[in-house]
Amino acid sequence: MARIRPRLAVWKFASCDGCQLSLLDCEDELLEIAGEVEIAQFLEATSASVEGPYDLSLVEGSVTTAHDAARIQEVRKQSRFLITIGACATAGGIQALRNFADVREYTAIVYARPDYIQTLATSTAIADHVKVDFELRGCPISTRQLVETISAFLAGRKPQTPPHSVCVECKIAGNLCVMVGHGTPCLGPVTHAGCGALCPSYNRGCYGCYGPMETPNAPSLSAWLGKLGMDEDALKRVYRTFNANADAFREESERHDR
Amino acid sequence: MIVKTIKVDQLARVEGEGALKVVARDGVVQSAELNIFEPPRFFEAFLRDRMYSEAPDITARICGICPVAYQMSAIHAMENALGVVVDGPLRDLRRLLYCGEWIESHTLHVYMLHAPDFLGYAGAIEMARDHADIVRRGLDLKKAGNAIIALLGGREIHPINVRVGGFYRAPRRRELEPLAEELKRARDGALATVRWTAGFDFPDVERDYEFVALRGDGEYPLNQGRIVSSRGLDIAAAEYDEHFEESHVEHSTALHAHLKARGAFLTGPLARYALNAASLSPIAREAAREAGLGSVCANPFRSIIVRAVEVLYACDEALRIIDQYEEPDRPAVDLEPRAGVGFAATEAPRGVLYHRYQLHADGKIADARIVPPTSQNQPSIEEDLRIFATAWLDLPDDALRHRCEQTIRNHDPCISCATHFLRLDVDRGG
Repeated sequence: MARIRPRLAVWKFASCDGCQLSLLDCEDELLEIAGEVEIAQFLEATSASVEGPYDLSLVEGSVTTAHDAARIQEVRKQSRFLITIGACATAGGIQALRNFADVREYTAIVYARPDYIQTLATSTAIADHVKVDFELRGCPISTRQLVETISAFLAGRKPQTPPHSVCVECKIAGNLCVMVGHGTPCLGPVTHAGCGALCPSYNRGCYGCYGPMETPNAPSLSAWLGKLGMDEDALKRVYRTFNANADAFREESERHDR
Repeated sequence: MIVKTIKVDQLARVEGEGALKVVARDGVVQSAELNIFEPPRFFEAFLRDRMYSEAPDITARICGICPVAYQMSAIHAMENALGVVVDGPLRDLRRLLYCGEWIESHTLHVYMLHAPDFLGYAGAIEMARDHADIVRRGLDLKKAGNAIIALLGGREIHPINVRVGGFYRAPRRRELEPLAEELKRARDGALATVRWTAGFDFPDVERDYEFVALRGDGEYPLNQGRIVSSRGLDIAAAEYDEHFEESHVEHSTALHAHLKARGAFLTGPLARYALNAASLSPIAREAAREAGLGSVCANPFRSIIVRAVEVLYACDEALRIIDQYEEPDRPAVDLEPRAGVGFAATEAPRGVLYHRYQLHADGKIADARIVPPTSQNQPSIEEDLRIFATAWLDLPDDALRHRCEQTIRNHDPCISCATHFLRLDVDRGG
């Protein structure tokens, strides 16, 4: 008798498609994963679709339209486990920069006929709308962490995605600290691990694409960044990128937006 | 009067969200609309008041499939505004990085999004049940492209090593050597891919497109070149706005681009090939000849062969660059902010990607304009549907719907990019 495999669904909201592409980027593991789960819904990869309910839903993207706010409720109802993948789904993404501006003005800048455009004033994380079972960070997510998360789900355990800062990853990698070593501003001390300290490994300061770590001390880091020459506007901007609407980054950017 | 409507509410195997609606009256297609309902994300708006140096990483987030294209158009436009030309090994490294994206993005489309249409599968994973070796070959090829991006860029999606002026860190020669071994295997896989796709059954159709692509100085275009067309256009990127315009239609959150003088045009692999085939490397030229492509391919269904030829070229070109690479003295050139306007067009896998930035004296962005390839191709995609679908109206609904979806996938539209795509909705009455 055929084994019953868990049903996997991949959903897209406002996003760049990069995090769901990460699943297709698991070139060595993809066919193996497809053997362990039934891919029941993954529009970017297949036109076949199986009706819910689903055992595991991976959700990419943020909520930016009334239609999507209703759609995520439906996805939740159909899903036993719901995991958000990436900064858009987990923190609202780069499109959450609208939360700090007037969306009508934004629409008028981009579109000749703003009356054709239907959008909400904010871009919000999936957890602002429905219960989320696990959040995978990153802009984009790491394929290694994605495989770990799916494996953990299949084994019925919690995914191992350490909540410490990028600084710890730099120590593990044996990197010279870019801030101490050559005075390069770096968000590593307040940023969630997962990338393997990528930017510092390339002689660049971390720009916070994995969002805030568990207990960040952003005001202290800002004081250090100020000593390295960043003015108030630069401090505001450095926290306002791909995780601008994550609480710790939003609050810190607002402190420098006066 | 017999009215027939065909609808596809959610197009699959395209990047982003869109739908399709075709309306026919008395056996003639009246209208074909590609509805793009991907939510707007307002990149041009929030780029205002960011530093010039932030544009490459921010615009990369427009598209997870072709972030390198956004980074490249952004850096070239910024360097144009700042009056800097980056040459030598840094230029070669950028071209190498772009080769990686062409290999990765084209292989994704050829094997996972497009080939299942020709072989009758819902997707590559379903195709792998019968053709495991072929899908494995595709995944290995895609992996080779990603290996270039990961080494030069730090990671496959949204690379972190690209900056205005150059890179944060330039690779050592010895770091590139293992890549060369992987690329030699990939080049064999790419040649096999050209031969495999050339054997598919293609509908016997042709279109009279005006092709628009960059033309380089004797090299197949990636990062630079003049914008030329098959009907005599020959301009610099700075003249783009004089010759092209965008309009906003009600059924799409993507703007539609037209040539002011002549309307719809086509950019992407078919256009690049038609305007630059002589600049392909000998091995890619010979594979194109063997596949029966001719000097111009105007059958959009055969674009899959042209993509395979471009993957072969990109593998070959990447090997050439690695072989000749000399480590630069510095990973980036010095830059001074100044007020100005900068323009650039580069060849994203899907076609010409135009960026224009106006900068304040302190280096902050006053105004940004981005025209992605899918916006430029959308009018031609709709024309394809209108022209081709009339001949298919007698097919059963499922077959007609599938042909229409395939007509869209021929152009590998990236809806996430263009929204700044798809449902099939065919109305044929009756």
